[in-house]
Amino acid sequence: MVQKRIKIIVCAIALVLTFSSHTFAKEKYSANECFEKFSRGTLKFNQALDKVIFKPIAKGYRALPVPIRTGSSNFVGNLRSLLTLSNNVLQGDLRGAGNTAGRFVVNSTVGILGVFDPASKMGLEKRSREDFGQTLGVWGADTGCYFVLPILGPTTTRDAVGLVGNVFIDPIYQLTHNTETDVFVGNDNLQEHNYYIYKGTDAVDFRSKNIESIDSLEKNSIDFYASVKSLYLQNRAQKINNSPIADKGQDDSDWEEIDNQ
Amino acid sequence: MKRVLISFLLLFLISIFAQSKAIAYSSDPKEFINEIIDEAKVILSSGSTQEIKAKKLSDIALKTVDIKGLAYYTLGKKRKEISSEELKKYEELFEKYFLKTFTSRLTDYSDPKITVLSAEVVNEKYTIVKTMLVKTSKKPEVKIDWRVYTKDSGNPLIRDLIVEGLSLARTQKEEFASILSTNDNDLNALFSKLEEFINK
Repeated sequence: MVQKRIKIIVCAIALVLTFSSHTFAKEKYSANECFEKFSRGTLKFNQALDKVIFKPIAKGYRALPVPIRTGSSNFVGNLRSLLTLSNNVLQGDLRGAGNTAGRFVVNSTVGILGVFDPASKMGLEKRSREDFGQTLGVWGADTGCYFVLPILGPTTTRDAVGLVGNVFIDPIYQLTHNTETDVFVGNDNLQEHNYYIYKGTDAVDFRSKNIESIDSLEKNSIDFYASVKSLYLQNRAQKINNSPIADKGQDDSDWEEIDNQ
Repeated sequence: MKRVLISFLLLFLISIFAQSKAIAYSSDPKEFINEIIDEAKVILSSGSTQEIKAKKLSDIALKTVDIKGLAYYTLGKKRKEISSEELKKYEELFEKYFLKTFTSRLTDYSDPKITVLSAEVVNEKYTIVKTMLVKTSKKPEVKIDWRVYTKDSGNPLIRDLIVEGLSLARTQKEEFASILSTNDNDLNALFSKLEEFINK
């Protein structure tokens, strides 16, 4: 009941914002710290956890044959696209929603439950993922402050709210957690743990694709925490502004001063 | 007399050759990046030791990257508050630091396959050259945009690498700003960090 109400409120806000003004402010590239000491400690804790758990798992995953990795990556990516679809709609991006829905239908059927990606070959190109934090950004919500969560990593106040919001608008979460749906489907295949297996696979897939880049960042940073923060905020701004280059809109006044020296 | 003339001729030819090597890069930003990538590929796929590769890559960077400009940019407004001696020390440390990180990042790739896709003129000062690091069985494809400073049209210089939309110059600047802000804006703290990195 409560979930239903929240859904209605979220949809109402989305509709009002979608069909009112579209002059949303450009996303900023910076955020103040919430509690830097705690965040620095948490990042170290996450790094230690990564070293002993996530990185070895990612390395093991990478040892799997390429077709298996590609298939599982496509499969979880296809499931994840439903959350993107919800956010495409909430952001009023109907073209994006059409693309995401089209890809999901084609890949779930012709692509055998999303294991293959025939949609890309049919011209339905893979676009970037959307989440509720981005949607809040598109709606004009302020970034808030920056901090690091245990296990989940860097975030901002807005993105942390977005993490909670994702739960309500992610069809996969609803399907695996809503008992009514389980009864409707009439089997045990959609139990809650399947959701966490899907999320876990998605995380391992991401980590396995970024082993070298994270190693390189750790090796070449003199303040790893600051580098992670900068990259995270640039990445979020780029996604919210839907700009292919985060740097494009950067303030060039510093360079101008240097040129005129 | 003939020998002297031949010696002069040889010296002249050598100097012309040396000059042509010094200005070997194209003034067209897309071709400029193409040439740098080709040169780096030859170095990285050679059987040379990591030290020799790093030395050769450093030579490329010294000729093609606006290292001094980057040094000033990454220091932000702080550069206006410091003495000329401090600025000189910072420039020297930054160059060493930059070359070490630059070569370290590149030597991780033994046989990179980078394709130059297109060039977008942003304004008279900048052109973005778009390239793609081709996907391998282990790594996904990576979009790399090169921000080329073209004000001196005959001598383009790289001012930033934008990897998957993320600016390395901006990241560097924010990293230095963070070190300064967590150390009461003390420049010596940044110097120590840079020296520590260079000497490790």
